[in-house]
Amino acid sequence: MINAVYFLIPEIFLSLSIFTFIIFGVFKKNSFDLIYRATIIILPIVIFLILNNNFENVKIFNNSFALDEFSSFMKILILVSSFFVLIMSKKYIQDINNNKFEYPVIMLIAILGMFFMVSSNDLILFYLGLELQSLSLYILASIDRDNLRSSEAGIKYFVLSALSSGLLLYGCSLLYGFTGSTNFQVISNNVGDINIGTIFAMIFILVGLAFKVSAVPFHMWTPDVYEGSPTSVTSFFAIVPKIAGIAVFIRFMYSPFQNILDEWQYILVFISIASMILGAVAAINQKNIKRLIAYSSISHMGYAIAGISTGTESGFKSTIIYILIYSAMNIGFFAFVFLMKRSGKYIEDINELSGISKNHPLAALSLLIVLFSLAGIPPLAGFFAKFYIFMSVIESGMYALAIIGLVTTVVSAFYYIRIVKVMYFDSPKKPFESFKSYGIYGSLIFSCLFLSSFFMYPSIFNGIISKINIF
Amino acid sequence: MNFPILSSITFLPLIGAFFVFLSKSESNQVNKGAIYVSLFTSFANFFLVLFLWYSFDNTSSNFQFVEESVWISGFIKFKFGIDGISILFILLTAFIIPICVISCINSIKNRLKEFLIAILVLETFMIGVFCSLDLVIFYLFFEAGLIPMFLIIGIWGGPRRVYSAFKFFLFTLLGSVLMLIAIISIYWITGTTDVTEIYKIKIPSEFQNLLWLAFFSSFAVKMPMWPVHTWLPDAHVEAPTAGSVILAAILLKMAGYGFLRFSVGMFPLASEYFTPLVFTLSVIAIIYTSLVALMQDDMKKLIAYSSVAHMGYVTLGIFTFNKQGIEGGIIQMFSHGLISAALFLCVGVLYDRAHSRLINNYGGVVNILPKYSFILMIFVLGTLGLPGTSGFVGEFLVLVGAFKVNFLVAILASVGVVLAAAYILWLYKRVIFGKLENNQIKEMKDLNKSEMGVLVSIGILVIFFGFYPEPLFNTVNVSVDNLINNYNMEINKFSVLK
Repeated sequence: MINAVYFLIPEIFLSLSIFTFIIFGVFKKNSFDLIYRATIIILPIVIFLILNNNFENVKIFNNSFALDEFSSFMKILILVSSFFVLIMSKKYIQDINNNKFEYPVIMLIAILGMFFMVSSNDLILFYLGLELQSLSLYILASIDRDNLRSSEAGIKYFVLSALSSGLLLYGCSLLYGFTGSTNFQVISNNVGDINIGTIFAMIFILVGLAFKVSAVPFHMWTPDVYEGSPTSVTSFFAIVPKIAGIAVFIRFMYSPFQNILDEWQYILVFISIASMILGAVAAINQKNIKRLIAYSSISHMGYAIAGISTGTESGFKSTIIYILIYSAMNIGFFAFVFLMKRSGKYIEDINELSGISKNHPLAALSLLIVLFSLAGIPPLAGFFAKFYIFMSVIESGMYALAIIGLVTTVVSAFYYIRIVKVMYFDSPKKPFESFKSYGIYGSLIFSCLFLSSFFMYPSIFNGIISKINIF
Repeated sequence: MNFPILSSITFLPLIGAFFVFLSKSESNQVNKGAIYVSLFTSFANFFLVLFLWYSFDNTSSNFQFVEESVWISGFIKFKFGIDGISILFILLTAFIIPICVISCINSIKNRLKEFLIAILVLETFMIGVFCSLDLVIFYLFFEAGLIPMFLIIGIWGGPRRVYSAFKFFLFTLLGSVLMLIAIISIYWITGTTDVTEIYKIKIPSEFQNLLWLAFFSSFAVKMPMWPVHTWLPDAHVEAPTAGSVILAAILLKMAGYGFLRFSVGMFPLASEYFTPLVFTLSVIAIIYTSLVALMQDDMKKLIAYSSVAHMGYVTLGIFTFNKQGIEGGIIQMFSHGLISAALFLCVGVLYDRAHSRLINNYGGVVNILPKYSFILMIFVLGTLGLPGTSGFVGEFLVLVGAFKVNFLVAILASVGVVLAAAYILWLYKRVIFGKLENNQIKEMKDLNKSEMGVLVSIGILVIFFGFYPEPLFNTVNVSVDNLINNYNMEINKFSVLK
């Protein structure tokens, strides 16, 4: 048991700091700034602790908690993206007078929940992690409690997400009933002889997972929640829970449901195609930049799921690369959204960006890079993300999925370059308010450099990812 | 020789663009630093390419100056290399870009620095297309060119620039995604995306037709062939002069190059199978777009349609699969690159002075601009393929090649020559001769030094290659022979199997 604690050092450290921050925040007034800074410092420390754990594929607590390359990679990805989200959204949080110390702490709790989701090798642990994460996200969505739309977003998210959690839990209990265990390996062994009960369970679980990553047809909450929540929270929603959701998706499909590939493959192909098409078509007419990125993230989840739906090893690895590049692109995108402030107010209307390239050439150029990357135009990183996905999709012979996927990239390219058009081709309006924020500019520059220099050595992550093994 | 000359000529403009980016921009003022840097890089690159041409071995059909390095470990190598066909296009690119830089210094009034960056970045992508020997690298450069061109049309274009830019971007992207699927499929069929390897491995005949169609969808849009040519007139009309020049002179040639290198090279059986399709589309393009060109009242649109017609000769020539046809197609592309670039520059000269591209607004220009009228004459004659200009060599060879293969097609294509003479001479008559009615024209000044230098240098080349096309033939000869031999070998092998 002592050994198990040793393996859990990152999680324990994270929980202890959460408790410390809560107590500190309660007893000291106006401690937002301090706790925010401390949170930003905590994240790299946790990354260091995870990297420091030198072990290979350990399962602790009766095989319910898996520590492998996959979970470490995903955790680090979660931490890095949260780090960027935190450093770039601080200014925004202060500007909308939302500087409550709970905000960074709740984010940390959500991250802790995601850690358990990513590492879970057991239905119960998985569900606990998922709920810890979801409850924190409900609070985050409505953290701007004086704002009607934020509260609405929180309630909406809560009601729908609770429903999907219910379905998921129902699926878990069915799965337990039909396979006799909550452990993923045991389930995987017992699920082999097809019976209708396990398939029901699998479908319920898929519904829940699809909801969490906002894949069609369970995407309805996404645009409203993205639009209603404060932008800082939206940026968190668009990146971090998606990483955890996709990680869990991969874990489920490749571990307990590994042997019933034929049953879930077509469901995933459908989800993937539907997400790609809906995300591409519905975003065309959006005027609000947050709604647009919501639909864009739906279609990106479609591509990520396309990788999983192959059921092959190269498939899920391409999904991991995809989600990594997706995070980098969204960091850049939201860093720009945080710059959109004019006469004291943050703006969200795309048309307000008109002619921004004249007043802010560098920022506009950065968003240009991010947008073309989101559209998947070479030589930017977004192209390689799609390239890896379609490599594995075509390897599995799923030509229809590949053709539909690539044709929808053309449709989605339309709305990305529409923003480019507004920025570069339209006549200029008043410039944004200028302010100093190393966090925002740093994230923007990081994202752009990453996206535009990725082509020089696109196999940079292949070494790490090739080590990942789920089975 | 270990010096990576191909990478140097490819990425030198990118480095230049970076320095232009760093140069201080004084708002609304001419940015001297940016101009000097971009002139220097583009000329330096041109001389490097000349040196490359000089040290190129005409007698070998192998790929030369090959560079290889690991790119995506385990999958794809970064591979550069050229043969006689690609070096001509690299030469053309490196020649056209300095001309664009010179011409845009005078005509681009706002955001000159960004424009220069876009052109230099575009040069990198275009040379990359012609250098790459790996399908994925090729696709990368082929597609990447969309971004700067989209911005060039959209930012510096005319009144309907947004529509044209979007049309250009989406048309080309839609064509290319199918090619990406084909490239990935080729990887899984043959286990490599290295073109030279694929030439050796040979793609199984049952896959060839579909893959050929996927590549065709991309190249046909880019070429452009009828009926997917409609983006080109829009893009040409709205693009700034330098943008039109690049578009006509080089971007269209990427598709012709793609046909030679990939469609014919990798899928000989499918190429033979689809020859009737290509012939039909080419003949329609030649006749139909020539007729459409007759009816245009916008000069740029007229030249754009004539480009479509001329590209029809190129596809026709390539798919005759004999030496005359293919070499004719290549020379036609080269000469069209020079002539159409010059024509767009000539229209740009008028547009900069009178701010109109409508033919009706002109007339009697010869009285005011005699030098201009004389130089325009050379290019007009080049367009209609008068013997003694480079336009004649290409067209003539293509028609010779076509007569060997299909009499009817050749006859129909010859009609296009007559039509070309009709529309371009009529244009010349309406613009240059006639009564001087528009008062705006009376105040125009004749060519200045830089315009003169640019147009005369192109004109000399057009006439030189018209009388003495030998250097071009020497360069492509062995490579074309090699291409045809491989093609015939495959076809014979297959017919024996049958």
